[in-house]
Amino acid sequence: MASRDERLRKVHPIRRLLSRPEVGALGGALVVWMLFALVAGDQGFLSLRGTATYLEVAAELGILASVVALLMIAGEFDLSVGSMIGASGMLLVVLSVHLGWNIWLAVVAVFIFAGLAGFFNGVLVVRTGLPSFIVTLATLFAFRGATIALTRLITGRTQLGGLQEANGFNSAEALFASELTLGGADWPISILWWILITAVATWVLLKTRFGNWIFGTGGDAKSAGSVGVPVRRVKVTMFIMTALAASLVGIIQAVTFSGADVLRGELREFFAIIVVVIGGTLLTGGYGSAIGAAIGALIFGMVRQGIVFAGVDADWFQVFLGVMLLIAVLVNHWIRRKALQE
Amino acid sequence: MRWLLICWLIVLGVVGGGCASDDAGTDTPTLRFVFVTHGQASDPFWSVVQRGALDAAQHTGTRVLYQAPESFDLVTMSQLIDAALASRPNGLVVSIPDADALEAGLTSAREAGIPVVSINSGGEHSSRLGSLLHVGQSEYEAGYQGGLRLAAEGITNALCINQEVGNLALDERCRGFSEALESQGSSVQMLAVELGDPTESTQRILAALRSDPSIDALMTLGPTGALPCLRALEEIDNPEIIFVTFDTSPEILDAIESGTILFAIDQQQYMQGYLPVVLLALYHRNENLLAHEYLQTGPGFITKNNVGRLKELTARGTR
Repeated sequence: MASRDERLRKVHPIRRLLSRPEVGALGGALVVWMLFALVAGDQGFLSLRGTATYLEVAAELGILASVVALLMIAGEFDLSVGSMIGASGMLLVVLSVHLGWNIWLAVVAVFIFAGLAGFFNGVLVVRTGLPSFIVTLATLFAFRGATIALTRLITGRTQLGGLQEANGFNSAEALFASELTLGGADWPISILWWILITAVATWVLLKTRFGNWIFGTGGDAKSAGSVGVPVRRVKVTMFIMTALAASLVGIIQAVTFSGADVLRGELREFFAIIVVVIGGTLLTGGYGSAIGAAIGALIFGMVRQGIVFAGVDADWFQVFLGVMLLIAVLVNHWIRRKALQE
Repeated sequence: MRWLLICWLIVLGVVGGGCASDDAGTDTPTLRFVFVTHGQASDPFWSVVQRGALDAAQHTGTRVLYQAPESFDLVTMSQLIDAALASRPNGLVVSIPDADALEAGLTSAREAGIPVVSINSGGEHSSRLGSLLHVGQSEYEAGYQGGLRLAAEGITNALCINQEVGNLALDERCRGFSEALESQGSSVQMLAVELGDPTESTQRILAALRSDPSIDALMTLGPTGALPCLRALEEIDNPEIIFVTFDTSPEILDAIESGTILFAIDQQQYMQGYLPVVLLALYHRNENLLAHEYLQTGPGFITKNNVGRLKELTARGTR
């Protein structure tokens, strides 16, 4: 190593580890787990059943969050995912119960619908140049309102059941909502979906050209564009992906509960952003991780369910969430500053 | 580093503060019941339910935990039920706004041998889903009783004002009301109004009253329907029209006091919090189980005679 080029400078392995975005979240997850193990370990938090319940909560949010993390790294927000969950679930039930479609046909239709909605969001953002926060805030309300209005118009109700009667329900249930009984606990298949999607998102982000484009788009769109990154295509693609992830969650929920209601997914758009930020992704884009988002979702699940085991009133949940968010941001900020310091 | 320490102290303080009081009874096994409902404790209706549950816990020497999603959210509600079951409580109290969505959770309660009492909504599914009993108000029955009481006033042509067509509970209230009145020889019409638009609702009620002057009674199905109706009555100023409503709110209590509203049908939800705790405690301690599977907490009637006392109780948070 004769060269003194700073790019070849040796970095201490621990410092390199600490500069990973997900490290803060990992530490946070361990501390939250220990905290609940201490105060609620004998109330069932440590049991396999307890573990399965918080993993299920984490999985449904994590499916969404890993993809939202990629979009946020690319420098954009998608607030419409919350109402996309409700719209997708409802569309699935209306098509397969009310109109009698085969459930698989309905699933394909739901994904096409979600893809188009995501495309619409993306094009609206890149064409108008308006902040995606505002554009998708608008579509958040528009999708939710349309879901309520159209469902009431077609069926006269706001809550539909009977999906278990639909054609092909059993095979759909196997893929979207089956449970594995292991050690006296039921482990939902959504946990597998969560792991799979997090792994794919991480691979795309770290090992593919598209992943580099995502970082470039979010880091500095102008210079990325000038070196040939198709910034607009990256953004539109990511909007389509978040909409698809949301509709997957909507489908999983509709199949699990063999029905849907128009309010499904409310507040999920904010929970997703919260866990992505807890996972170390910067709100400004250009830096972050899908694994971090998955760990953020894990923390969310542990806090959400843990307070039931700890015997704390549900009123406190949002206080915890807010405090967690603040701590996560502070820790991430601190670790990054330390890691980047010489 | 100091920052981190301070932050963790805050978290530990919040957790510790929440749990400190619960650790007291770990030596003697205190009975522990968990409520999971679809209604937030911040909702004036559900805060009374929660108050009933906590009062009963104090009176029976048991522990009660009240859980509900931040907004109407059946997925989260069902996940809260899973967590509650995994904490192995001595009893689970749930509302059943959607039987399909909650069936799996209640089945696993039965498999785990945890007794379940359902409250508020879902009385018709309660026993099928393995609940010991249901504590609530049958909406049809409440409407029917209200209809009979109104028929006794000698009315001939009533209008049932529905602010949320498609909401099963409200449709049932209206159906019970209509069938009771029709059985007494009166006629009933239905008028749909818009929940979110009081101005338009007022206009629609006015139009109905003006186009049919023979209407001599109005029934609304909740405060969001009652308030536009009060405004419409002010405008039309016909003291012959009798006005009754479901549920209460401060404005409704005032209107009962001043005589504009004849009575309000009250489902007395305090008992929906209180009774399950007492019943579950008796079930554990004394092997007692009521013979009735459906305990009707309503309809109770609020009239000019008891409204004064009720206003006091509302201020105390138990009505």
